[in-house]
Amino acid sequence: MLKQTEGSHAVAEAVALCRPEVICAYPISPQTHIVEGLGEMVKAGEIANCEFINVESEFAAMSVSIGSSAAGARTYTATASQGLLFMVEAVYNASGLGLPIVMTVANRAIGAPINIWNDHSDSLSQRDCGWIQLFAETNQEALDLHIQAFKLAEEVSLPVMVCMDGFILTHAYERVDVPTQEQVDAFLPPYEPRQVLDPREPVSIGAMVGPEAFAEVRYLAHAKQMQALERIPQMAEQFKAIFGRDSGGLTHSYLTEDAETIVVAMGSVLGTIKDTVDEMRSEGTRIGVLGITSYRPFPLDNVRAELKRAHRVVVLEKSLAVGIGGILSTDVRMAVSGLGLRGHTVVAGLGGRAITRRSLRELFSKGVRGELGHLTFLDLDWNVVNKQLERERTKRRSGPAAESMLRDVGVIAARIG
Amino acid sequence: MSIQPVHFYQTGTFTVGNRLLAPEERSVQANMQRTNSLNSGHRACQGCGEALGARYAIDAAMNAARGRLIAANATGCLEVFSTPYPETSWQIPWIHSLFGNTAAVASGIAAAIKVKRQKGQADDVRVVAQGGDGGTTDIGFGCLSGMFERNDDVLYICYDNGGYMNTGVQRSSATPPAARTATTMPVGPEPGNVFGQGKFVPAIAMAHEIPYVATATVADLRDLENKVTKAMGMRGARYIHILVPCPLGWGAASHDTIRLARLAKETGIFPVFEAEHGDVTGVLKIRRPQPVEEYLKLQKRYAHLFGKKPAVETIARLQALADKNIRKYGLLDREAN
Repeated sequence: MLKQTEGSHAVAEAVALCRPEVICAYPISPQTHIVEGLGEMVKAGEIANCEFINVESEFAAMSVSIGSSAAGARTYTATASQGLLFMVEAVYNASGLGLPIVMTVANRAIGAPINIWNDHSDSLSQRDCGWIQLFAETNQEALDLHIQAFKLAEEVSLPVMVCMDGFILTHAYERVDVPTQEQVDAFLPPYEPRQVLDPREPVSIGAMVGPEAFAEVRYLAHAKQMQALERIPQMAEQFKAIFGRDSGGLTHSYLTEDAETIVVAMGSVLGTIKDTVDEMRSEGTRIGVLGITSYRPFPLDNVRAELKRAHRVVVLEKSLAVGIGGILSTDVRMAVSGLGLRGHTVVAGLGGRAITRRSLRELFSKGVRGELGHLTFLDLDWNVVNKQLERERTKRRSGPAAESMLRDVGVIAARIG
Repeated sequence: MSIQPVHFYQTGTFTVGNRLLAPEERSVQANMQRTNSLNSGHRACQGCGEALGARYAIDAAMNAARGRLIAANATGCLEVFSTPYPETSWQIPWIHSLFGNTAAVASGIAAAIKVKRQKGQADDVRVVAQGGDGGTTDIGFGCLSGMFERNDDVLYICYDNGGYMNTGVQRSSATPPAARTATTMPVGPEPGNVFGQGKFVPAIAMAHEIPYVATATVADLRDLENKVTKAMGMRGARYIHILVPCPLGWGAASHDTIRLARLAKETGIFPVFEAEHGDVTGVLKIRRPQPVEEYLKLQKRYAHLFGKKPAVETIARLQALADKNIRKYGLLDREAN
């Protein structure tokens, strides 16, 4: 059914259609509307046989999820930013134990300085935690990926994060097609756990493993992600057969076939990039876009196949690996190693800074002209940075940097542009 | 040829497996059909109070739950000595997740069981969570309080040996004042652990007004079994805090574990009581009052108090803590003595 609705609400409806049995909630912006929606649905009896638990922290949210999943319940939670970091120990534990929990990450920057707006620092900080990470480009895809996520998680016994841009998607009202319960039931069978805490067949879960078998257990986690790499495209096909939509998969390519320059990115910024590419295409520039949907497992072969005909790749990412540059671009460069492509890392949109078509146009044109460096910070205000560097050069007690720079910027209320 | 002394026990005592008791009054451990939830062959130290306490507590819980029990276990000695891969001493469904999240994991299991029962897919399965004092009073305290506050249907059992024994005897918030640990060495003007404000989690559990809170020691195992059985007869959040002497961490002889637990109770250092919905409903009275020295001097962690120049003042402060417990919980009953 077509609906004009908020991204968070679309996700809540998708999760409800997946017949969850335990939902854990702890508030953190910008994921709050999702669990608020689910909480209301459970309380109103719209989701049958489901426990909605308001926990005391994100660490508890993931820990309660671990318990309920190990006891055989289909389990869902959501978080963002500091919340994801607060639950990290349990995040690793959930994947290590092979528990198919599904969690929405409403992508948000990590402090300090505290910032509630969107970038991908949070989930990318967890790139090696063993969870599958799927990135949604639109609200429709966010909805669809949640339905696929439960199926994928339960098939390979690994937890899945569905990552959607905080505010940009979670709080945006858009048209989405909400599937019927019959469609979802046809796609997603009831959860049949590989391991379960059951008095009829007592097992110990989470025992200590020494050097004699630890590497093998960890390799299995890698092998399961490699299985997921095969299952994700198949699942997108199955999804299309039932729901009639292209959603999910490993990557989405746009005008890449004859492109000399290809821009790689994840999430909602792909829309703005495609608009910019359309403009440049109309002027004869051979430029295309590769969107990464499956960040973990990372589709090395697909990315290599898509990029091998191009001369230049620009990885535009909403994250920063301090001390080296890009996070996503490190993976992309690994995919294209030996191909001789010119690679550029662009860090953009940190902490919710708007990524405008005008800036992208200028950036890509520079790239096409061969004027782009190895690492670029899009729309960085050099005056503010240099002023602070000068302050620190000349004064030992230069004070808190963020506060000084904010004073230099001279605005009272937050501004994204 | 040595002489084997023969003991004759009287009815009416808490002696385990008393053969003079009627069958229904006998202890769970005396029953040949007990589950041996924590089976033999584990790697606990000789004289481990925690292994003893866990065996009695979980068998009693299994008995009360008619064999339908799931346990969540914090990281710590109990987890490590019971499950080196690929062996496990647990005869019940058992999960170890992390050090600080056991109460939350148990809440999740309880939630899953509730839903499965609503769907008619599961029997009434009960949930226990267990951990040491570090996993309970320190790192797991947030999750524990959350479980209490929501009144989740979980029995949490803390085995308190007064420190991080698994990592090499470091101080926890349950380490008693003046005690030596690897991080509170007996050096300087105030040797051993500080006299802080104390953190007696049973009292904090009572402040949550949960249905049941009890303390116990491994010296009164019938009392422990009875409290576990009572707790299992209730719903909602329940908490049992068991004092379990640690020969390694306390610097005590393995054969003194029960004696130390008894002295902790008899001196008043560790009050043994139970409470319902925030009010004390019963105490285990001191039978033969003892000065705290009797308890302290058996343990090397207090050896610095008994050197050439005994730390009279420190011992008096510890005696004052015991006396305060005696007054607060009414542990002395003159008429009964």
